[in-house]
Amino acid sequence: MNFDFSDAQKALKQQTRDFLRAACDTTVPRRVLEDADEPFARDLWQQIGANESPGIAVPEEYGGIGFGYLELCVVAEELGRAVAPVPFSSSVYLATEAVLLGGSEEQKQRLLPRLATGETIGTFALSEGPGLATPANMQATLRGGTLSGTKMPVPDGDIADFCVVVARDGDGVSLALVDLDGSGVSREQVETLDPSRSHARITFDGAEAEPLGEAGQGWALKDRVFDRAAVLFAMEQLGGADACLQMAIGYAKGRYAFGRPIGSFQAIKHKLADIYIKNELARANCYYGAWALSTDAPELPVAAAAARVGATQAFHFASKENIQTHGGIGFTWESDCHLYYRRSKLLALSIGSERVWKDRLISGLEQQEAA
Amino acid sequence: MDFNDTPEQAAYRDEVRAWLNANAEPRKDRPSVSRRLDAEEGLILAKKWQALKAEAGYACRHWPTAHGGQSRPMIETIIYDQEEANYDVPTGFFGIGLGMCGPIMAQYATEEQQARYIPPMIRGDEVWCQLFSEPAAGSDVAGLRTRCHRDGDDWVVNGQKVWTSGAHYSDWGILVARHDSSLPKHKGLTFFFIDMKSPGIEIKPIKQINGGSNFNEVFFTNVRVPDSQRLGAIGEGWQVAIATLMNERLAVGDAPPPDFREVMKLAAACELDGRSALEDSSVREKIADWYVEAMGMKHTKARTLTALSQGKVPGPENSIGKVVSASKLQNVSSFGADLMDMGGVITDPSLMPSSALFQQSFLYSPGLRIAGGTDEILRNIIAERVLGLPGEIRVDRDVPYNDIPTGN
Repeated sequence: MNFDFSDAQKALKQQTRDFLRAACDTTVPRRVLEDADEPFARDLWQQIGANESPGIAVPEEYGGIGFGYLELCVVAEELGRAVAPVPFSSSVYLATEAVLLGGSEEQKQRLLPRLATGETIGTFALSEGPGLATPANMQATLRGGTLSGTKMPVPDGDIADFCVVVARDGDGVSLALVDLDGSGVSREQVETLDPSRSHARITFDGAEAEPLGEAGQGWALKDRVFDRAAVLFAMEQLGGADACLQMAIGYAKGRYAFGRPIGSFQAIKHKLADIYIKNELARANCYYGAWALSTDAPELPVAAAAARVGATQAFHFASKENIQTHGGIGFTWESDCHLYYRRSKLLALSIGSERVWKDRLISGLEQQEAA
Repeated sequence: MDFNDTPEQAAYRDEVRAWLNANAEPRKDRPSVSRRLDAEEGLILAKKWQALKAEAGYACRHWPTAHGGQSRPMIETIIYDQEEANYDVPTGFFGIGLGMCGPIMAQYATEEQQARYIPPMIRGDEVWCQLFSEPAAGSDVAGLRTRCHRDGDDWVVNGQKVWTSGAHYSDWGILVARHDSSLPKHKGLTFFFIDMKSPGIEIKPIKQINGGSNFNEVFFTNVRVPDSQRLGAIGEGWQVAIATLMNERLAVGDAPPPDFREVMKLAAACELDGRSALEDSSVREKIADWYVEAMGMKHTKARTLTALSQGKVPGPENSIGKVVSASKLQNVSSFGADLMDMGGVITDPSLMPSSALFQQSFLYSPGLRIAGGTDEILRNIIAERVLGLPGEIRVDRDVPYNDIPTGN
């Protein structure tokens, strides 16, 4: 039994944390949040690229570092802790994974080296507006190598170089790569709950689309990409949840009311203990998900769903109770509480809501039961 | 990361499995043997089982050979417990003795006393209980009122203990009593081990919500205890009591059923709106929540085991176990009964799915949220010891015990 990260992985985590503490304190996400003209922290993204973090799990033959997914997981946790305003999740967890899983050898050779250094930013487009996207209600359509339809919100869709699009293709669903600077593509920023991460509405009008993976098998490929991404999103959520707990503890120790620190009141203690409990359960599920991801275990779909559900709940709870612990000041724009509160909801709805993942979890258990 | 045993651990696990297969029945979907039998019958079987285990060298395997253990690493005890949990064996009588009384005897008793008392404890020949809680001292156990005074070579004990698991079938007990009421509450306490058959001890079972009687009231009237059975110095009782509680066994087994597995099975068999309840999205969401909690606990234990197998002290993550599992059990039980709709109130095992396991645990689970530290006290502990929040302001710490307000 060795259910722990290795010393080298822990060192990478500490190194990433130290780097982000210096390069991405909360003034950085706040800057992006407040400045509509800065869709992401370009300077930070360049440094992350220079560290080759986007290529941490990309095999060396495709220009990556070729470490593995446990290493990517520890980086994800720290990015979440820092509320980093960069397109890491879109480009790494979604676009890079989609190319790794579904791409031809030529596509991998062409796309991965630049994704691995952050020079190219990719993203993934599924949603077409409010409501659950399904193969049946998908409007975006592939026809004769072109794509038409509208996708929103597309994370980083306003700044990405290319996009993996899920679209109707004859009777089935396929994935396609679309150059977002090509003709037939128009995009505009849409306002979201968390402006520290930009999102777009993208309209495709006969845009050139290159098939990714087998035609008609796009939905299953999307599921596989999302299973893997779910673990990485969960690690970010876990980092965010822990940041909220630490922030709430710090405030509860230093804020005095009725002549004593508010952290000495059981009403506050029990609230923070509950955050800790949810975070620890989420952490254990995330670590198991990380193991399943790193070994491509058959347990991955269920493990990823459990990590995702646990971390979504933990970050939501921690971010809202952090505001509550702060009282009135926590509701101000000036306080950092809302950075986490916004991010928690954003991450909770990226790649599908809690309800969707719970259903996927039970379906996975039913399949295990039947097998 | 890997979840595999080392080759040595794997070999040991195989050996344990083979032994268990030869000596016990695998667990089935019904209440365990300990719940099916009354305490008297259960105890006879449990003593036999414990003796068999001890004979084979599986009882308290990590304890020193000198005390009747095998001086093996803690991880072997855990592997045994994990494997034993898959079998329907009579347990539940020796947890207090082996979890708390044995270790505290090993720490504070003389060598002669250790040689006399610990081996029979391991074999299950003698059962031990713990006499801490009192009617006026539950969460605030240092507020206890049972008095003791010195008389020659003996101490004389008067007062009442409560919530004493197994007092009625115990041979020995560990006891904290107040020798000086003029000192502040934590300073006037002294610790003993006592013969539960001593004259002046009267034991009355407490009938619980679920109709069972796992606990007792224990009354002391001029009970004499030799001074040689004092553990620690006079006035050191609180420190010894705390050391005792720190020894509480690491919970490595799964929480008692029903859990998500049982609810899932039940939901698959129950009909809701003309289809299997397991197809209902509200049912699926609940089961998913419990699965995530159950796996969170399981993997948290894996983190604890990792620390242990590397010879490290487990981190604070182990402290969350009971808070999570006790409430979960209560909620799962209640939901299971709901799935049976109007029929869910029936408790006759012969008429009900899983032999009325959900109904039984509905009535049993409130106790788990209180026993061994209430949900509230455990949250205080997490907040203060793990998160480092300041302690509650205390009005009774430095006041003579006699002057502390008592209320009801």
